Amino acid sequence: MIGGGLVGMAVGWGLLRLGRQVTVFDEGDRAIRASRGNFGLIWVQGKGAGMPDYARWTRLSARLWPSLAEELSAASGVRPELSQPGGMTLFLSEAEAAAGVAKLEGLRDALGGDYPFEYLGANAARALVPEIGPEVVGAIHCPMDGHVNPLYLLRALHTAFARAGGRLVNGAAVEAVEPLGGGFRIRCAGGSEWRAGQVVLAAGLGNARLAPMVGLDAPVRPERGQVLVTEKVRPFLRLPLARVRQVGEGAVQIGDSREDAGFDDGTSTEVMAHLARRAIRYFPLLERVRLVRAWGALRVMSPDGNPIYERSRECPGASVINCHSGVTLAAAHALVLPGWLTLERGGDAPGYMEVFGAERFRLQATG
Amino acid sequence: MPRDSGFRRLDETGAPVAFEIDGVAVAAREGDTVAAAMLAAGILAGRQTPVSGAPRGPFCMMGACFDCLVEIDGEPNCQACMTPVAPGMRVRRMRGARPLPEATADAG
Repeated sequence: MIGGGLVGMAVGWGLLRLGRQVTVFDEGDRAIRASRGNFGLIWVQGKGAGMPDYARWTRLSARLWPSLAEELSAASGVRPELSQPGGMTLFLSEAEAAAGVAKLEGLRDALGGDYPFEYLGANAARALVPEIGPEVVGAIHCPMDGHVNPLYLLRALHTAFARAGGRLVNGAAVEAVEPLGGGFRIRCAGGSEWRAGQVVLAAGLGNARLAPMVGLDAPVRPERGQVLVTEKVRPFLRLPLARVRQVGEGAVQIGDSREDAGFDDGTSTEVMAHLARRAIRYFPLLERVRLVRAWGALRVMSPDGNPIYERSRECPGASVINCHSGVTLAAAHALVLPGWLTLERGGDAPGYMEVFGAERFRLQATG
Repeated sequence: MPRDSGFRRLDETGAPVAFEIDGVAVAAREGDTVAAAMLAAGILAGRQTPVSGAPRGPFCMMGACFDCLVEIDGEPNCQACMTPVAPGMRVRRMRGARPLPEATADAG
């Protein structure tokens, strides 16, 4: 497993549960780590427009999350603070609300009507969360959404992985993956070499460089998101929002910016100010709550924003995983994907996995 | 309120400053931070954490650790180590997370 973030550790732990021997290579402190900057949402609403199977896959993972949380807590002793009370999106104008509703209606149609959500007027939204401000004209409530503490999730996965006999190689920047004698040779910076029968690329943005070495494609690019965190306040926000959530310990997290900043995972005053202003329009009480931290992190984005799962035809035994939702998809990654990757229990995986192949970008490029 | 402290002033020349902690008068010196004055007065814990309820008090004394949070003149979660003590200042120790602020009238 190349990559020790949320994706690599979820799949790695899942492979151990199938009885596989697993070694994870984790790059080290200079790595670009999306898993350390994650917002922590289990978010279904709105995902999969243009690719309904991504919506199905996301919902499958959200449904499996309670099982993951239970098994992972038992295996690691670390609880990821799972809460799935549904999520809300707040709208500040009628036009924004109409666009939001149209998007989910489109998804509902594409999924044959099976896509629960509800539009709430301003008063109905305020009945759920009284602190919602007067500028909010309405909200969408979607019962499929939730949130976790992403750092506890990562810690739980690492602990469960180690307890199940997985081997983690720290500070291992993988320079090359080479097909060799029916298996693979992994070459790390510093000269160490490893052999593996199968290899999974879960190196986030690093996959772009590694995938072509084993006949795969991972045309991913960084999309920066910035996150603000406030001082801890008494709980008022029971439901997570796409842009604001209150964590279990009381801090309010504010996010959902999107910018192309290359590989710079820092912060900028303009974006932080924009995030803060918008959050105050949602919840005016935040104007007098102090910010204590901010950071940037890089989403791993494919050209269409949907995930990539592909098993190499050219180099059997190699596969690639890319997504920008390591938290939401953690349950599917741990409980479903390992069987599909190893071909052992492929019957457990949904029949639509092939649509996630990066082939879709090659066809677009030539067509 | 305790008055014995393991902390000793190295410089006693500053002019006296009177302020209060939880309504009790405390003597400080000009130039003290609230955190320094608390420690000199033997008050080691300024709050109970919102997470575990365990006591916390000034630790890093340089604005980094946020363990010295107290309420100052009605404003919760102030860093005591970054706030110079002022005559008549009213400091309150905190239990758990701060209450929600009232939204200001013009915020919307």
